[in-house]
Amino acid sequence: MAEDTMYDLIGLKCPMPIVKLNKIMKTLAVNDECTVTVDDPAFTPDVKAWCNKTGHTLLSCVVKADTIVVKIRKQA
Amino acid sequence: MNNLATSMNDATTNNMVLPMQDIVARLERLEKQQSDSPDSNALSMVVFSGELDKLLAAFIIATGAAACGMRVSMFFTFWGTAAIKKDGPQVSGKSMVERMFGWMLPGGLHKRKLTRMNMAGVGRRMMVREMKKKGTPDLPSLIEIAKETDVEIRVCEMSMSLMGIRKEELIDYTDMTFCGVASFVESASKSGTTLFI
Repeated sequence: MAEDTMYDLIGLKCPMPIVKLNKIMKTLAVNDECTVTVDDPAFTPDVKAWCNKTGHTLLSCVVKADTIVVKIRKQA
Repeated sequence: MNNLATSMNDATTNNMVLPMQDIVARLERLEKQQSDSPDSNALSMVVFSGELDKLLAAFIIATGAAACGMRVSMFFTFWGTAAIKKDGPQVSGKSMVERMFGWMLPGGLHKRKLTRMNMAGVGRRMMVREMKKKGTPDLPSLIEIAKETDVEIRVCEMSMSLMGIRKEELIDYTDMTFCGVASFVESASKSGTTLFI
């Protein structure tokens, strides 16, 4: 059963959100999903670039006021 | 007649053998080309500068690239080599000139200056305070992340001997090797991206 875990990365600045996201991804199984909340404005373009580079799937990216909520599915 | 038969035989064998050798040779060339061609998932960096801002940029790019799944190699030379010295006294057994280099280029990651707006250290202190306030990682923590994400550090042997820097004077880092320009060139030629900072 694929899981969806929530992670709070509020307060982290570049490059930490990507570094932490990479760490989180390593703990997940293939097809697991995770939701991360970030407040670094660079994260919106960066998470797309990160997914392109690593091959994981960006399911959604919602910007609400100062926070960005991103949902990602792990690929093999 | 016999001779003719032998030479014809040779010709047939050669006709069979030559294309085969040719194919093998081509295949070997292609395989070599393949292994020598740059890997878009590898980043090589020359860290020539020793100032705080440039080191921050170098380590942010290195750790960011590693977090994107890239293999990262940083080659420290000249002021970059002097910048990754530990804080503390120099080791014994140095020549007078080497010792002077040590005094002129004190170690310690927290002592790095800014390239601009340093203002005798006032600008640097302001920058460090702002970084802390805004949650930007400092140089020691970026180096820790580089360690965790398997960023490789290579140190230029020549710049070490030139400035009299000893291995034990450098920061503690797991994947640190000492080499020359050929090692950097080999790694750079196999990396899709090479940066000079």
